Amino acid sequence: MKGKVWKFEDDIDTDQIIPGRYLVIRDPKKLAKHLMEGIDPQFPDKVKKGDFIVAGKNFGCGSSREHAPLALKGAGISAVIAESFARIFYRNAINLGIPLLEAPGISKHLKTGDEIEIDLEKGIIKKDKREFKFKKLPEFMVEILKKGGLIPYLKNKNW
Amino acid sequence: MSMTISEKILAKAAGKKEVEAGEIIMANIDVAMMHDLTGPLAVEAFKKIGSEKVWDPSKVVVLFDHQVPADSIEAAENHIIMRKFVKEQGIEDFYDVREGICHQVLPEKGHVVPGDVIVGTDSHTCTHGALGAFATGIGSTDMAMVLATGKLWFKVPETIRFEIEGQPKNHVCAKDIILYIIGKMGIDGATYKACEFTGSTVKNMTISERLVLCNMAIEMGGKTGIIEADEKTIEYVKRRSKKPYNIMKTDPDAPSLESMQVNVESLEPQIACPHNVDNVKPISEVEGTEIDQIFIGSCTNGRIEDLRYAAKILKGGEISERVRMLVIPASREVYTKALDEGLIKIFIDAGAIVCNPCCGPCLGGHIGLLGPGEVSLSTSNRNFKGRQGSPESEVYLSSAAVAAASAIKGKITHPNNI
Repeated sequence: MKGKVWKFEDDIDTDQIIPGRYLVIRDPKKLAKHLMEGIDPQFPDKVKKGDFIVAGKNFGCGSSREHAPLALKGAGISAVIAESFARIFYRNAINLGIPLLEAPGISKHLKTGDEIEIDLEKGIIKKDKREFKFKKLPEFMVEILKKGGLIPYLKNKNW
Repeated sequence: MSMTISEKILAKAAGKKEVEAGEIIMANIDVAMMHDLTGPLAVEAFKKIGSEKVWDPSKVVVLFDHQVPADSIEAAENHIIMRKFVKEQGIEDFYDVREGICHQVLPEKGHVVPGDVIVGTDSHTCTHGALGAFATGIGSTDMAMVLATGKLWFKVPETIRFEIEGQPKNHVCAKDIILYIIGKMGIDGATYKACEFTGSTVKNMTISERLVLCNMAIEMGGKTGIIEADEKTIEYVKRRSKKPYNIMKTDPDAPSLESMQVNVESLEPQIACPHNVDNVKPISEVEGTEIDQIFIGSCTNGRIEDLRYAAKILKGGEISERVRMLVIPASREVYTKALDEGLIKIFIDAGAIVCNPCCGPCLGGHIGLLGPGEVSLSTSNRNFKGRQGSPESEVYLSSAAVAAASAIKGKITHPNNI
């Protein structure tokens, strides 16, 4: 995966990712028109398919609204890289097949506009010649991501 | 092996003798709750799995609280999706628009008992741990898995045990105690952990006050808030539920347990200032801040005790000309009690607006939104930027006592100064 970085601060909450007044929307493409509107109303016009979001600690704190990762998916965000993630958002994003890469210390190395490359298998983020490691995901989460999310993953399992 | 309450409940739900923190388990779910805002996405995901029937309709609870009555065609469509689902699945515990906020209605209607595993598509599902259950918020896709299989995976959390001691001063409420703790812990200080509340102060609290503590565990990142069931819990549960219950207690030598002592004797009322819940200050530092809108309600502080407290302060008085005040009882039961006790008349006489039980301005997506530059003092649980409307508005959080006193003065006011 290769793409451009959009950089955000610590503690980006789900109200900022997708404000409460848009939660009546269920279509990911329509939600994407309001992605990050709580921080930057112009963001939906600037972000392109394949871009990455990079943030500080505790990304996705607050509400359990799956509309937040759904808006990221609708906008075609390839992965979110952060120092750490809030718990419910983390599950929701993995369940929708969005890779979340936890890389402590990363936010001081990357800025908006940087071009980066990610190797999910090796657990490496590359910027120019520098490489940064991210924490490997548990095996079953990798399986969920490979299948494209929890729903396709469940389809092939017997419970 | 010594275990915490959370570990004991999850071990039982996973059919295991013991579990330890960090272990990933598959747990059987006792109650699955959905509301009007996040339920429709869960129903869509459930259908995508290809399942036709939910695993056990008697364990599913559906109600509408975020957008009631519907304020847009889209909201009405979401209600239709859920009504249709409830009908085709034979879900009997469906409360439609009439009953109020999920985290008040579930305990009131006897859906929460000690020892249960409760999941809901709402982050404040952690509230229900106040009755000794393991309760946590999940997303819509996780809910689809629960609806299809009756199971969900969990990483067994470590526990932070807040040992709260001391007799709080006059006008210091459960809300002040939890805001103080969040201020100390930070917005991610308890991420992935179970937050257990114990100590003599908690023992002396009513069930309503305990619900306030657990409700806000998520605001420091907690996976659940939890309180050991005692005689008060059993008295509350027995009046409302016929379900069997299991009382679990934390072993003091449980390896995953970390304890924190909190003394609340000298605490003054606390205010969470914009734009994060951990930006907490004692009221003396922000007293006099001018307010445009006061909101008393929500799953944190919309209970009868909150309304009684506010009415006592407001009785015979009038709110300031510079504020508008919204009072929203958390449920139909709370609303009718408030009517019977004459509280609603006190609010209306004082100049407040009283709305039907619902989440109200808390989520910034239904009623009572803020315009640019406006300031709200709210008894709810989040003050993120833009949470209640314009990104240029500000939200302060407080107890119902401080909110009522502040309504009279039009600025943040200690109830002692009324």
